[in-house]
Amino acid sequence: MNWSEFFNMGGYAFFVWTSYGLTLFVIVANIVSPILQRKKVISRIKRAIKRENIELANQK
Amino acid sequence: MIKAIWNWIQRFSSPKYFYSMSAPLVTWFSIAALLTGLYGLYLGLFVAPTDYQQGESYRIIFIHVPAAWMSLFIYMVMAISSGIGIIWQIRLADMVAAASAPIGASFTFLALVTGALWGKPMWGAYWVWDARLTSELILLFLYFGYMALQSAIEDQRSADKASGLLAIVGVVNIPIIHYSVEWWNTLHQGATVAKFDKPSMHIDMLIPLLLMAVAFKLFYAAVVLVRTRNEALYRDRNRRWVRELIERL
Repeated sequence: MNWSEFFNMGGYAFFVWTSYGLTLFVIVANIVSPILQRKKVISRIKRAIKRENIELANQK
Repeated sequence: MIKAIWNWIQRFSSPKYFYSMSAPLVTWFSIAALLTGLYGLYLGLFVAPTDYQQGESYRIIFIHVPAAWMSLFIYMVMAISSGIGIIWQIRLADMVAAASAPIGASFTFLALVTGALWGKPMWGAYWVWDARLTSELILLFLYFGYMALQSAIEDQRSADKASGLLAIVGVVNIPIIHYSVEWWNTLHQGATVAKFDKPSMHIDMLIPLLLMAVAFKLFYAAVVLVRTRNEALYRDRNRRWVRELIERL
């Protein structure tokens, strides 16, 4: 079996490779999105801490 | 005795304890998922023989079926942990449920589109309103409903209760999906692996299929851990352990 035959998938190349491409997309999205979510959560908490420290300082 | 067990459960299900223990698990699940997935892909794309009826198009099975299994599996995880959260008020269980929903939705989406891409060359249509396809589409909407309720309700405990109840009620859809191919006349083929008989599949096709299913499960385990860690940080944002942890970052 050569490579062009492999990529042709017996004439079903579009259906097979679109499926595998979408799978790759879903996997990458599932890796990237929790990483971004973590960054967002941490920066939100950091901002909240800053705000509270300023309020504490103002009360004094 | 029961009190001792209860204390033990409470201790090990505390978000703080979970957060400190889960980091290395993420690494191990990721590595295991990558290795099993690559080996499964290799066997599925290069070693498994051509199907005598469907030609090469059947190779979509190695992602379509594991994705469909995951869509059901993650839903059950979501519903069971919602139940644990509602009945025993274990906060970690609610976090796992909330963390599972987007992952489950993404696998359901994948099962639907790879099914459409397989249906077109085999049945002549991307979509038909038959029992299996329609019940799987309803599963996607159940995930969306859970996520919508989670984000629409401000108070976290009410959000967990409302979305958790939706998840539990939605469990009726799971056997409908599984048995749809038997109960109704459908274009979708019957079960080839999950049935009370020998799987009607060539061993060289069955092994990569099972490997891919294991790889998808390990991948889910890694992602749900990371998402649950995020949930723990966010929901405990006003507690001391999170404050101390964030200040060290």
